[in-house]
Amino acid sequence: MTTLVSYADVEVGQPLPTRSFPVTRADLVRYAGASGDFNPIHWNQRFALGVGLPDVIAHGMFTMAIAARAVTDWAGDPGAVVDYSVRFTKPVVVPDDDTGALLEVEAVVAEKLDGNLVRVDLTARSGPDGTEKVLGMARVVVRLS
Amino acid sequence: MPLDQSFVGRSYPPTAPYVVGREKIREFAAAIGDSNPAYVDVEAARALGHPDLVAPPTFAIVLSLPAGHQVALDPALGLDYTRVVHGEQRFSYTRPIHAGDELAVVVTVEKIRSVAGNDIITTRGDIATTAGEPVATAYSTLVSRGPDA
Repeated sequence: MTTLVSYADVEVGQPLPTRSFPVTRADLVRYAGASGDFNPIHWNQRFALGVGLPDVIAHGMFTMAIAARAVTDWAGDPGAVVDYSVRFTKPVVVPDDDTGALLEVEAVVAEKLDGNLVRVDLTARSGPDGTEKVLGMARVVVRLS
Repeated sequence: MPLDQSFVGRSYPPTAPYVVGREKIREFAAAIGDSNPAYVDVEAARALGHPDLVAPPTFAIVLSLPAGHQVALDPALGLDYTRVVHGEQRFSYTRPIHAGDELAVVVTVEKIRSVAGNDIITTRGDIATTAGEPVATAYSTLVSRGPDA
């Protein structure tokens, strides 16, 4: 594997470029189709409200997938990811408008491990004022060149 | 309703073989808005040392979600799936998933808990090729929110 970033050049505490991703209802429908997760809480407002959710929410797996890009775009080779874990602490609520929600992802090198492995910790925020943390303990372990 | 604790430790037979297709990887990458060339261009993937297109790090959910449904949708478990949200997810890779892989998942129930009126179940999906080569493990925690949640 060949990554854009080499292990030797990475330092603990180093931030990766902060990323911002819009999330619309259309994205959720498309993700439902591609992933096979047709849970109606991700596309049917009537159903979502009926089970006590504030509105349609994004698939946690969609949030997890796009948050990973903070690392895979930086590393270059997405196959360099050897471990990726998250907790879904708050839902990403996606309103039925043309703007949708915004997901902002910060990433920082948290630890250098043996075997050219680096742990990157992610912080993902969304919500009306963009301050709600939607992922907890979001960690990507990536093998660099 | 509390979940049936006797499910803990239960393993299920391997799922029917899933052949990872190039177009499926491309479709999944497009759905997450990711234009990384290694997901779409075979030559670009090979230039990075992969035998074929590489799947995004969360692609394994395409296999592990339906595999987990063997447990989650079993009426005997007692999980109210209409109130389920995803609690936690982890993927641990022995190697990346590539186009052309023929994979099967063995699901094991790791943990069942009840916290503050929520039913919580954690399953592990061991993903291997049909030839027996381990590829990845997917850990999923589902939370069925209690009536007050």
